[in-house]
Amino acid sequence: MKRLSDLDYLKLNKWQAFWYKFALFFCAIPSALWKGIKKIGGFFKNCGIAVKDEFVDIGSTFKRGNWAVKLSFFIFGFGNLFYGQVMRGILFLLFELVFIAYMVVPTGGIYWLSKGNWFQKGATIGTVQGGFQYNEVFDTDVWVPGDDSVKVMLYGLLTFIFIFAFIYTWRLQVKQCRICMDITAKGKKIRSGKDDVKSLLDDQFHKTLLALPLAGILAFTVLPIIYMVLVAFTSYDAAHDGYSNLFSWVGLDHFNELFNFSQGGLGLTFGEILSWTLMWAFFATFTNYFLGMFVAIMINKKGIKIKKFWRTVLVMTIAIPQFVSLLYVSKLFTTSGLIGRVLEQIPFIHNWRVANNFVSLWDSPTVARILLIVINIWIGIPYIMLMATGILMNIPQDLYESAKIDGASSVQQLTKITLPYMLFVTGPYLLTSFVGNLNNFNVIYLLSGGNPIKGTAGGASVGHTDLLITWLFKMTLGSTESKYYMASIIGILVFLVVAVLSLIVYNVIPSTRNEEDYK
Amino acid sequence: MKKQNDNKIRKTGLGARASRRISNTIIYIVLIIITIVWLFPFVGILLESFKTETNMQTPYLFPKEFGFDHYVKLFTKTDFLKWFGNTAIMGVATAVLQTIFILSMSYVLSRLRFKGRKALMNMMLILGMFPGFLTMILIYKVFADAHLIEEMAPLGLIIVYCASSAMGYYVSKGFFDTIPKSLDEAARVDGATRFQVFYKVIMPLSKPIVIYTILMGFMAPWGDFVLASYLIHENSQGMNVAVGMYEWLSRTNMNTHYTMFCAAGVIVAIPVVAVFLALQKYYVEGVTGGAVKG
Repeated sequence: MKRLSDLDYLKLNKWQAFWYKFALFFCAIPSALWKGIKKIGGFFKNCGIAVKDEFVDIGSTFKRGNWAVKLSFFIFGFGNLFYGQVMRGILFLLFELVFIAYMVVPTGGIYWLSKGNWFQKGATIGTVQGGFQYNEVFDTDVWVPGDDSVKVMLYGLLTFIFIFAFIYTWRLQVKQCRICMDITAKGKKIRSGKDDVKSLLDDQFHKTLLALPLAGILAFTVLPIIYMVLVAFTSYDAAHDGYSNLFSWVGLDHFNELFNFSQGGLGLTFGEILSWTLMWAFFATFTNYFLGMFVAIMINKKGIKIKKFWRTVLVMTIAIPQFVSLLYVSKLFTTSGLIGRVLEQIPFIHNWRVANNFVSLWDSPTVARILLIVINIWIGIPYIMLMATGILMNIPQDLYESAKIDGASSVQQLTKITLPYMLFVTGPYLLTSFVGNLNNFNVIYLLSGGNPIKGTAGGASVGHTDLLITWLFKMTLGSTESKYYMASIIGILVFLVVAVLSLIVYNVIPSTRNEEDYK
Repeated sequence: MKKQNDNKIRKTGLGARASRRISNTIIYIVLIIITIVWLFPFVGILLESFKTETNMQTPYLFPKEFGFDHYVKLFTKTDFLKWFGNTAIMGVATAVLQTIFILSMSYVLSRLRFKGRKALMNMMLILGMFPGFLTMILIYKVFADAHLIEEMAPLGLIIVYCASSAMGYYVSKGFFDTIPKSLDEAARVDGATRFQVFYKVIMPLSKPIVIYTILMGFMAPWGDFVLASYLIHENSQGMNVAVGMYEWLSRTNMNTHYTMFCAAGVIVAIPVVAVFLALQKYYVEGVTGGAVKG
């Protein structure tokens, strides 16, 4: 699209200017995506360069190194011990011994790796299928356990991670030995074990502080997510739970199932749920945002008394656990609930309900969706109100004073100063809140539970108000028909939607805020 | 001419006051309506909990006769006390551990500069885009082997809540970012180690954010339904309040447990609301600060 010069832009009237900006935003999307992709490409290129440098460095270390450094290529920490860093040397050596021991013991690393049939399409994960066999002692068939695919995959994955850690440590200690050699050659002193421990509270303080949180994230987020991504390429479901039936690698077959739009495929259901999810996130975010801002402006207007009271009333919805308030509110709108009864008295609603055979308001797809958005306003306004209050107090008062002197009415002050300022400051928040609403499990699941039911898909019942995230939840919790692989695939797709959205928004909206600016 | 002008000014002055009065009245009316709408469900829960009927087929809000039947039944006939205890334990443990995790992470990312810091932040941003509870597929399997489910679910849940909690470092990092860096530098020049800077300079200044983090940690288990429902698996001894009470409103139980649900809801709300309102100031600081600074 042609960019207008500043002079031409100022000539446009309000609507033209609005459309111009609107068009500009959408025209910027492809280039923003391209920029993002280029950034990712650049990242991989840098990774490649870093790996190449590492190899060059390792080669030169081996060439240049004395016999102790050369030997530490095979015996971990030998160089450290040679140069007097006893503590590091022993730790490295211990790591190597543990690694080798783990790999070669009967049910160790090599055992698990050999069981996995890794990424061979059609092959089972685990090689021995459990089954009933005749047992002479009991004179009946008893269950003889075979491999458990879940465990094979988990331990295999752990072994892979351990191998990577091994390679990394090997590289680390080789480098350290070389550095020790260089320092000694220069005639300087090498850090002792005592120095190392001391530095953990000083130069290396970040390592001390990060140890626990990072270990937690690695074990409970990174590992399960990698596992989950792998599950998307297997046939892991309730019938093939790994223990009673091994599951196998299926490649991209299940992705095809999801994008199959013909009869029996999940494509249509998926498309419907995705579009409702996006619709929901859009309305939930913007209704809350604007209404919340107006409530904040009203409460903070000069001359309004007992501000604290109004604020506390709203904050009550945050304080009371959502499952109590949401479950209660959802029951209020049923036919026997208080509000449901009152609405029933209105002939229009009553006739409409009876004509369509709806038992309660929650049974109509459209009404249920509208109810959700309305009740979500009740939940969401307080957060925005609090946030907007904080921002309102930060707006420089002299802006208003000079506006008043120039004769601006209070409406003009609102549209020309307050709203633009708020929009500017809370731009990034809108994105976070949009993403949060895409995955807003609590509100949907506790209010409507995804009902009214539309049918079954992916081993779970699907309703008209189900978001991707609640559909996914039902897929993993349903007892006999759970399709874990489908849940994983949808999880990956949710990730992709969120990632692409964030990529666009971060690149289109010029981020004026630099992290270091605050200091 | 001059007189006319004066008149005009007076007139507009009066008009402004009058219009302000009108707009303020409108605002008051809107605010009162908002108050009624916002408080209605809470008053409703409170009133219904005192009804002596058990079902929800009662077309009136105020109880015909007040009774504490449900409260008595709650503690004598159901496992509610157990659930409440479980949740309270989880709340306290999560508050403590989560605070340690989040503060460490956010302090490091805000104040210390080291290799891989940006990569770490990007990694956590990307990990945060995955639907979190998908990790439960694996965690459930592992915890089942370690006997951390059903009766022992509270322990398992504490681990789940806390382990990855450092990924929610954004708000407190925003707070640490606002503390002037010159303070650190002055202390460093005086010979303090980084640990001493953290412990003696930054921590005393960080009371608001510490309280905010504790508050968030304490409240999380009270409202959690998703993660808890995975690990608890319908074992009444290991339930938290959310999972336990969810069953009471299922289609089969609703007619016998509806008002009991309200009574339980009141009891659950009391400690949380008390803690929350007492620490509201810090919560507001956290929300506003975190949103503005990203």
